[in-house]
Amino acid sequence: MARKTPDINAGSMADIAFLLLIFFLVTTTMNVDSGISRTLPPLVDNPQDDGIKVKERNSLQVRVSGNDMVLVGGQRVALRQVKDLAKEFATFGPEQEHLPEKEEKEIPLIGVFNVSKGIISLQNDRSTSYEAYLAVQNELTKAYNELRNEFSHRYFGKDFSELNADERKAVLTAVPTRISEAEPVDLTGKK
Amino acid sequence: MAKFRKKSKETPALSTSSLPDIVFMLLFFFMVSTTMREVEMQVKVDLPSASEAVKLEKKSLVSYIYVGPPTTQNRAKYGDAPRIQLNDSFAQLGLIGEFVASEREKLDERDRPSMTISLKADSKTKMGIITDVKQALRRANALNLSYAAKRPGGAE
Repeated sequence: MARKTPDINAGSMADIAFLLLIFFLVTTTMNVDSGISRTLPPLVDNPQDDGIKVKERNSLQVRVSGNDMVLVGGQRVALRQVKDLAKEFATFGPEQEHLPEKEEKEIPLIGVFNVSKGIISLQNDRSTSYEAYLAVQNELTKAYNELRNEFSHRYFGKDFSELNADERKAVLTAVPTRISEAEPVDLTGKK
Repeated sequence: MAKFRKKSKETPALSTSSLPDIVFMLLFFFMVSTTMREVEMQVKVDLPSASEAVKLEKKSLVSYIYVGPPTTQNRAKYGDAPRIQLNDSFAQLGLIGEFVASEREKLDERDRPSMTISLKADSKTKMGIITDVKQALRRANALNLSYAAKRPGGAE
């Protein structure tokens, strides 16, 4: 005897689903991690050895002192000046007396190009605040980003962000990020 | 004619039976995109902001190191000098090597070189401890580092 099974009321299904939905909505954190990427140099066995000696004209000394002052090439500068100084230093183009040496390199898509041999050397104290340090890193990154943008405009007529992978690689070879972080110096006297 | 009129008088009820489906679809979307905060924060991290910060690609390759003063409930026990947090607990500098090794172990063979460490440090931290962490990372041969920062204007 087939008894008629009553239909299950599906009306509350929506409510249940909504409840779950709201729970996940609230707990979701769509945080995108962002940050400034750097590649650390591999550890050298002998800290006394300075590694490759760099010519004076090829290096720009940027120092963030213990009380968060920024010194570029020994001169005290404001934070917003750092970008322009770094940009001028690392710029591409023809060889110039007061700027770092240029090295001719064959780059696919671009041809022979004078790549700057300049290295920005960044130093900090143990008592420098992380905020100040990162602000300087940010300015240096900005300098390189702007240089790359200018470069991409000149050679490809587009923003760096619009380039494809190969073009991007070419630009990165022509305008490499060269920030060297010196072996930490301890001036406070304690470890 | 009479038949015709009768029909047009009753408006049919709007079918809500597909509503659960729609809601479930939304639900699944959020379930998939949700990342539950995987670690319990032991230190307070107020990220510095940096306009040039870029989004980290490939979250699976990223491991986190937190540096900052202990949270309020930990302060009584640990003081407020900045400390390092790995996974769920406080750690000493010496443990970073081990941490990096274990994180590297979790990854695929071919992904290992592109493993990135995201250093989430409080903006008020002194560089001393950061430098120590960096040296430890160099010793552990984890050379891809990202200084976590929030973009100004962005939520986080």
